[in-house]
Amino acid sequence: MHADPAGVLTGVHFLDGDHACCEGCLAAGARFAAGYPITPSTEVVERFASRIPTVGGIFVQMEDELAASMTLQGAVWAGAKAFTVTSGPGFSLMMENIGYAAMTETPCVFVDVQRGGPGTGLPTLPAQADMMQCRWGSHGDYAVIALCPNSPQECFDLTVRAFNLAEKYRVPVMVMMDEVVGHMTEKVLIPPAEEIEIQPRRHTRKVPGEFNLYAPTGDLVPEMVHAGEGYNFHVTSLTHDERGYPSTTPQVQHSLVNRLTDKIYRNLDDIVTFDSHGCEDAEVVVVSYGITSRVAQRAIDLAVQSGRRVGRFRIVTAWPFPEKQIRELAGRVRALVVPELNLGQMVREVERCAGGRCRVVSVPHAGGAVHAPEDILNAIEEALQ
Amino acid sequence: MTAAGGLPALESNPVEPFLRMDRMPHIWCPGCGIGTTVNCFIRALLDSGADRQNLTVVSGIGCTGRVAGYLRLDSFHTTHGRAIPFATGLKLANPKLNVVVYSGDGDLTAIGGNHLIHAARRNLDLKVICVNNLIYGMTGGQTAPTTPRDVITSTAPYGTFDANFNLPHLMDAAGAVYVARWTVYHVKQLARAMAEALSKKGFSFIEVISPCPTLYQRRNGQGDGLNALQHYKQVSVVRHGAPTQEVGIGRHGEIAVGKFVDRVRPDYQELRRAHLQESLGGRYADTLHLEECECPS
Amino acid sequence: MAKGAVSIQVERCKACGFCVEFCPAKVLALSSSFNAKGYHPPEAIAPEKCSGCDLCGLYCPDFAIHGHRLAASPDSPTGDSHAC
Repeated sequence: MHADPAGVLTGVHFLDGDHACCEGCLAAGARFAAGYPITPSTEVVERFASRIPTVGGIFVQMEDELAASMTLQGAVWAGAKAFTVTSGPGFSLMMENIGYAAMTETPCVFVDVQRGGPGTGLPTLPAQADMMQCRWGSHGDYAVIALCPNSPQECFDLTVRAFNLAEKYRVPVMVMMDEVVGHMTEKVLIPPAEEIEIQPRRHTRKVPGEFNLYAPTGDLVPEMVHAGEGYNFHVTSLTHDERGYPSTTPQVQHSLVNRLTDKIYRNLDDIVTFDSHGCEDAEVVVVSYGITSRVAQRAIDLAVQSGRRVGRFRIVTAWPFPEKQIRELAGRVRALVVPELNLGQMVREVERCAGGRCRVVSVPHAGGAVHAPEDILNAIEEALQ
Repeated sequence: MTAAGGLPALESNPVEPFLRMDRMPHIWCPGCGIGTTVNCFIRALLDSGADRQNLTVVSGIGCTGRVAGYLRLDSFHTTHGRAIPFATGLKLANPKLNVVVYSGDGDLTAIGGNHLIHAARRNLDLKVICVNNLIYGMTGGQTAPTTPRDVITSTAPYGTFDANFNLPHLMDAAGAVYVARWTVYHVKQLARAMAEALSKKGFSFIEVISPCPTLYQRRNGQGDGLNALQHYKQVSVVRHGAPTQEVGIGRHGEIAVGKFVDRVRPDYQELRRAHLQESLGGRYADTLHLEECECPS
Repeated sequence: MAKGAVSIQVERCKACGFCVEFCPAKVLALSSSFNAKGYHPPEAIAPEKCSGCDLCGLYCPDFAIHGHRLAASPDSPTGDSHAC
């Protein structure tokens, strides 16, 4: 189905990432946001608060992130597409409720505009240090999807994709921006509504009495219903059976928790996206994401100019991790260079997938600024020794 | 269901259509009052003529939190303390829903306390039933913000010493438009209060004093559930309209019951719509139900 | 003749005693029989006094008893226990 034109600001715009993300939410059909202010994400909901009364929908600023992360889920069960935005400290507060969304299979979007941490850290400066938290931050075994934009245009495009993936897989999806991408202003092209493909809510066609809220369909994802439709359904994050009734036995735990992960990890070809170039005959491939990929590209260009065979592999879907692609690269190249604005997070996944078949060179950074291209170029040179 | 002695079977319990009978028996202890409050709630649904399809119940975590799982309605068992935010999302996205928050004193006033006061402040159209057994029951009897002084709990083995909340006063001050307290002894009055709250617009708060025989009563030499109800009967005094600062509860002494607050003020959604209509005029897009898909009904 | 009757689901009862205590007509008492869990469920010891007010039903935390009014008839059945 196509986007609802009411939310699509078709045209060529000059927007920063936060603003573009908001437009992505609106284009995707989000009509509900619950938020709490936190730098550098606040502009997303500020713009939403300004836009939504004329588009038609609700923005509510809640009293804290604990509330915001739950209010959006209530709105989803009432029928809306809903999201929230935050940064590190708020993301930490939201973790319990992200787990709730994963366990209850509530389709929704959480945007994290990453900043320096830990603690209060660097509220106005970038980092990419929430990447592992994004995957593992809530307790227990579950799987989420996470996307990493590297430009305001991608903040729009990937936010739309985030909502589509959330609906398709009945899962919380994270949009992992960073402060630079959020605050950089670039051209953003928003197409006409009829050119934007939207995944509608997978609402069942079964009638009340025939329907089980947690009975999986062919792709392991159950269908959904909303409150007020006469289904008399129950939602709990206790381990539950296909009816949604608490059923706290190891057998039900095994089947439910495995399915929550399998529904993502058995659909990798659909979910995983990446951007690669020059990897076919590369000796070194630089693996990066978000703002770091922009700096990395400069380093790659400089290396290629001086005759090196260097390719790029830009992670777009960070979770589930592009295992197949990294494994394949590791079998061909001499080294994978992984610059990140953290002390080494996604590089661990790269190392795991490389399995020792090539060198993996981490280029860490504690955050607060982006790498200089020379930092990455030096690592490429070192990898070629 | 056959009758003994060849007599014809009598009609089934009228509460059963509202319960998930396939989940009975429930987990509550002998003499626990939560099941009693559920009877009152179902009676209130019937008496108030509330539209059952649009009635949703949201619970938090705890013994009372299990109510959502036993009611045959659209029901949600959420995270500890977060029933009210979840209920807020339901109500704002679909104002036709009649949203009841049914949870316990620990869930609503400790971890959930912040959400409780903000929802009352905003006068969100939610009906909160707070079953107050003065303890954290499910986890084994720890001190709650409502536990009176000089009570033995598992985390206050030498007795509590700090002040407990006066919930009607808190809710009154925060802006709730309907505040009442009854005990599990007062079944008819409680059902009536719940029916009133179901039909009233704005933030309603009903505190129900209920026994926890296994933990609170037993550790404090107060007998069983029946002893508690007999005690409530003895010490309760109906004080409709009493100043809420005067209705605090101690370990001994009077339990003031009745309807303390019943006032009218615009609820959150009324305020929002009126204000945005005024600010934006014709540009305001008034959407009532934020549902995007075509769903079969 | 009784105006009402109670219906008791003995297997649900946990013998809390609320119905016995708060029946306004003192129709009920805990019986000496046991249900499968070992509780003494109530029985109607004065069924002719039952008005069918259903206060017992309103009190019962286990949904194990309810009362209802009988249609006016000389052959109306009275108190009844069900083993379910």
